[in-house]
Amino acid sequence: MVEMVTRPYASAFEKYAAGNPDILCLSADLTSSCEVDGFRDRHPDQFISLGMAEQNMMSFAGGLGLAGFRPFIHTFGVFMYRRPYDQLMASIAYPRRKVRLMGFLPGVTTPGGMTHQSIEDISVMRSIPNMTILETGDATEVESICEAADSIDGPVWCRILRGSVPRLFDTPIKVGEMRELASGQDVLVVTTGICTEEALRARSALAKAGLSIRHLHIHTIKPFDPAALLDHIESVRHGVITLENHVTEGGVGSLVAETMADAGVGKRLIRLGLKDTYAHGGSRPYLMRYYKLDALALVEGIEQLTGQQFGISEDDLDAARVEDVHTLVKAEAL
Amino acid sequence: MRNEKSTQDVALGIRRRVFEHAMKNNGGYLSQACSAGEQLAWLYNEELKLGDPTLPPIPKPFAGVPSADNPDYHTGAGYNGPMEPQFDRLFIAPAHYALVAYATLIEVGRMAPEGLEMFNQDGSSVEMIGAEHSPGMEVHNGTLGIGLSTAAGLAYGRKRRGEPGRTWVFMSDGEVQEGQTWEAVQAAAFHGIDTLYAIMDVNDQQCDGAMSSVMEVGDIKQKFITFGAACVEIDGHDIQAMRDAVNEPHEGRPLIILARTNPFNTMPILEERFPRLHYVRFKSEDERARMNVSIAKDLGVEPIDYGH
Repeated sequence: MVEMVTRPYASAFEKYAAGNPDILCLSADLTSSCEVDGFRDRHPDQFISLGMAEQNMMSFAGGLGLAGFRPFIHTFGVFMYRRPYDQLMASIAYPRRKVRLMGFLPGVTTPGGMTHQSIEDISVMRSIPNMTILETGDATEVESICEAADSIDGPVWCRILRGSVPRLFDTPIKVGEMRELASGQDVLVVTTGICTEEALRARSALAKAGLSIRHLHIHTIKPFDPAALLDHIESVRHGVITLENHVTEGGVGSLVAETMADAGVGKRLIRLGLKDTYAHGGSRPYLMRYYKLDALALVEGIEQLTGQQFGISEDDLDAARVEDVHTLVKAEAL
Repeated sequence: MRNEKSTQDVALGIRRRVFEHAMKNNGGYLSQACSAGEQLAWLYNEELKLGDPTLPPIPKPFAGVPSADNPDYHTGAGYNGPMEPQFDRLFIAPAHYALVAYATLIEVGRMAPEGLEMFNQDGSSVEMIGAEHSPGMEVHNGTLGIGLSTAAGLAYGRKRRGEPGRTWVFMSDGEVQEGQTWEAVQAAAFHGIDTLYAIMDVNDQQCDGAMSSVMEVGDIKQKFITFGAACVEIDGHDIQAMRDAVNEPHEGRPLIILARTNPFNTMPILEERFPRLHYVRFKSEDERARMNVSIAKDLGVEPIDYGH
């Protein structure tokens, strides 16, 4: 049974930031939704409420960075870049301010629909010079992201999971490295964020079907050293499949495609993710099934890649974890 | 640095340099020199507490944008002196006033006159729209509305560190059309950032023409007060009024000085171009020649020899 951790960011941020006077906690009216309400209450001197005014918040954070502070901005990811993109660019990214952009509710992890779902943020951030991108896939990564992000000499975009989060890994994020979760020889599966758990659900069924999976989990999306990925691609027979909680254009699927194209790798690649579409409101399991971001979608993609039918159904997969939909943990909603 | 000239003389010098530049280059930000000359002259010659420049009088060429592998990167803030706790900082929020700002640096002895010859030349740091690496600039302000927010953040941070230096913003009135300006004011007021000062060139002009015809903004002073700032409205060509305005009590609030100005002050012939004053490019040789003679006379200089 997978251990579930409640509000891992809340305690991790407080542990990391409290007592570090150069870290300031910025919030835009989503303080408890971003799990920093306890920090606000216990460390009000390090907390700055900037209201529902993200454009000002970005430039204000840039000014704090200019004064030598390291602001951690907390809001939903989508509100952090869509409206204040120009401010993010001019006040934070260009001058390489040490601002840590903590984007909650990545992709379809919210039932809030289009306005709340950051489905193209990685694509946008990848194209911004000086920007580092980290993504969390489990509670351990959420617990270690503050230190990882704060080690970067420049701005960092972080996709943060909140609420009830599974613990999949026992080692913290090491910036620039990737996790090798399986080292098979048939197919390379590359996943990020919540999709890694989906890939883990599919692995035993695929193994029973006789397929040997090599599985990589990527938490550092930019900068990205292609060497290790290319070695893994070299090690598999059929090709590569990527699965991400994001549009495939510009996301990790694109990252892998670009890596392969730049190196002249001729193997097949299948990219799974949102396919040139917005999502709509719904529960995470529903959205992941509807938009083919889940374990079964991965199996179907691998069937396509290998030309084999495995006869695997939803019943053959490891159980999907049932989220504790409770107001205290805010597994969903605001 | 010693004030060798009166502020009025600095303002006149700014206009003469911008006029000379515009004549030689068949256009420039002439109107901004007319409206803002006194404000920038007053800031640099009297009000700002700045240390001596840390960058050479003749600006270095463009040295690359910020990146992890560009150790030569520097901003243009060194022309305003070192970033030390006791000194003030200044952001030029409307970066298209750069020509006027550069002329000011020359008039107060912070940049060599040759610096202006590098204006808008390829490979130069003396850019047409002031970049953060341009003389006198510290941050990018090319899009309007971000200057006050950045200054608010810097002022908050400096205050938190106990630094006595103030953070100033030179603004333009068109910026009040940007929602971010109001976000910045409410945040600065809410957080009691009273080390934040702004002086705004209220010349009623914007790129498309007179503000009243592009987007009416109403009573700016009342708006600033309503959003929580202290606000004083003055004649932006009256230097004594600036001296008085900065003394306005504003504990716990930012101070905004609205400097009402005339966009063709000291160059009345520019009124012929009203309401298109944003960037004056001469439409004909005849216009250029007439303006050359007229403005030279008004500024007390010989017409510019641009015939080469």
